[in-house]
Amino acid sequence: MQFFGGGSLTSVAPEVTPSPAAPPGTGTGANAQVLYVFNRNGVCLLYREWHRPLHTLDPTQDHKLMFGLLFSLRSFTAKIDPTTAEKGNLGVPLLPGQGCSFYSFKTNTYKLNFMESPSGIKLILISHPRTGDQRDSLKHIYNLYVEYVVKNPLYAPGTPIK
Amino acid sequence: MALAAIYSLFIINKSGGLIYYKDYGSAGRIDTNDSLRLASLWHSMHAISQQLSPIPGCTGIDLLQAHNFDLHCFQSLTGTKFFVVCETGAQNMETLLKVIYELYTDFVLKNPFYEMEMPIRCELFDLNLAQVIHKYRVALLGR
Repeated sequence: MQFFGGGSLTSVAPEVTPSPAAPPGTGTGANAQVLYVFNRNGVCLLYREWHRPLHTLDPTQDHKLMFGLLFSLRSFTAKIDPTTAEKGNLGVPLLPGQGCSFYSFKTNTYKLNFMESPSGIKLILISHPRTGDQRDSLKHIYNLYVEYVVKNPLYAPGTPIK
Repeated sequence: MALAAIYSLFIINKSGGLIYYKDYGSAGRIDTNDSLRLASLWHSMHAISQQLSPIPGCTGIDLLQAHNFDLHCFQSLTGTKFFVVCETGAQNMETLLKVIYELYTDFVLKNPFYEMEMPIRCELFDLNLAQVIHKYRVALLGR
């Protein structure tokens, strides 16, 4: 089934209305390099790359590694959180809202922005290391997802988005 | 404004084992076993993040931003990692980490009784580290 608009998910204001308003300062989206969308079970619903010179692993392994990294990072941040006294144990899988979660990490070559919705949908956007806070952009992408994917009656949840 | 409160400091050796952990006032004190697990977890995630880089030449996570805290990490050329958990928006953490690295080289590595990769038990290191952290806090709170 053809996905509405068909174009890149970071393009602002798709042709079909109504669309959620884009947050100010999104610009042309020229900075984004890779986008992943995972559901609660680790199924990669969407993977888009615009600029990726290096591919270390094949796609399935890459997705699994990415999901695993985020899963562990969430356990890590929930446990190391210095502001709450009551923390669960390290091995316990966390629910989407539980525990302190991270929203981005930066390395010398890339910056990874992360957002998890209450339903467990994880959005990951990889960009240039000097990019600012992308939480609004991720919310915008999530709204697009809700508008055009979830509300699409022909879309089966848990399957990759086409 | 006390915007740069440091909650804790971890030092990890080349293989991912925790060799130093100091807590400066987080709400929940992490017990020894948990600190060891967290350190190894961080070591693996640091390595995995290098594999996921879209651009060659990645050296691992420098900064992790969460809703309640920030985590700054510094990795020396030998693979020893220093990371500090601090308040969101803390400034100058990278400089602090470099200063701590200098202290490490001066008081730990040059200590003839210290065995490599073992937990750090050097009085002078603890003393100087406490001084640096205190000076750093005073400098920021005094303004």
